[in-house]
Amino acid sequence: MICLRDTAFEPTEAMREFERAASGAGAIVSFTGLVRETGTQGKVSTLHLQAYSPMTERGIRSAAEEAERRWPLTALSIVHRIGNMSPGEPIVFVATASAHRRAAFEAADFLMDYLKTEAVFWKKEVTEQGSEWIEPKPQDYSDRNRWSGTGD
Amino acid sequence: MARLLYFGRLEDALGLATETLTLPSDIADTSALRTWLDSSRQLGGALLELTVRIALNDQIVSEPCPVTDADEIAFLPPVGGG
Repeated sequence: MICLRDTAFEPTEAMREFERAASGAGAIVSFTGLVRETGTQGKVSTLHLQAYSPMTERGIRSAAEEAERRWPLTALSIVHRIGNMSPGEPIVFVATASAHRRAAFEAADFLMDYLKTEAVFWKKEVTEQGSEWIEPKPQDYSDRNRWSGTGD
Repeated sequence: MARLLYFGRLEDALGLATETLTLPSDIADTSALRTWLDSSRQLGGALLELTVRIALNDQIVSEPCPVTDADEIAFLPPVGGG
């Protein structure tokens, strides 16, 4: 399941739903990303995330399909927030299920690298200093490059 | 009428996220469109940057690419991930 939503979500609820969908799997890995309190310009009051639908969803779906080709997954879930969020609020939930743990760990890591670097999102931090659009860091690209040429 | 979309910092630079307009008759491709918009809105080159990609009707294109008045044209700064 892939879902972009502009309202808050509960990761524990997303996890319960995923456990039902993944019933029978030997391993489930989940990751929850939260809005950080400190941004590049100081204390963050609001994080704004913008998507271009349906391009954003299409890209995420294609990364999910690639994960399914590379690892023997039995289920997969991606929930991503858009819109305005406060520090501490969940921004992303990724869960993967497989017969064994390694595939589930690696696929979840792969999906998060995609979501953090290549996913079609624009992100604005609002701090006391004003607001700033955040563009990619070189480290994000090298994380993503870890996956090129592996698992084919 | 063409529908123009501006994302990320371009939304702030233009002061709007979307607009609908009739393209001047001499604007035939993305390159002419970038130049015309950037100078008529006095953006100082924000729309000319190579890292700003253009999507026509929801597909990123290689430029220059022909544009028409029936297109949805999106200006996309580098994506920052989630």
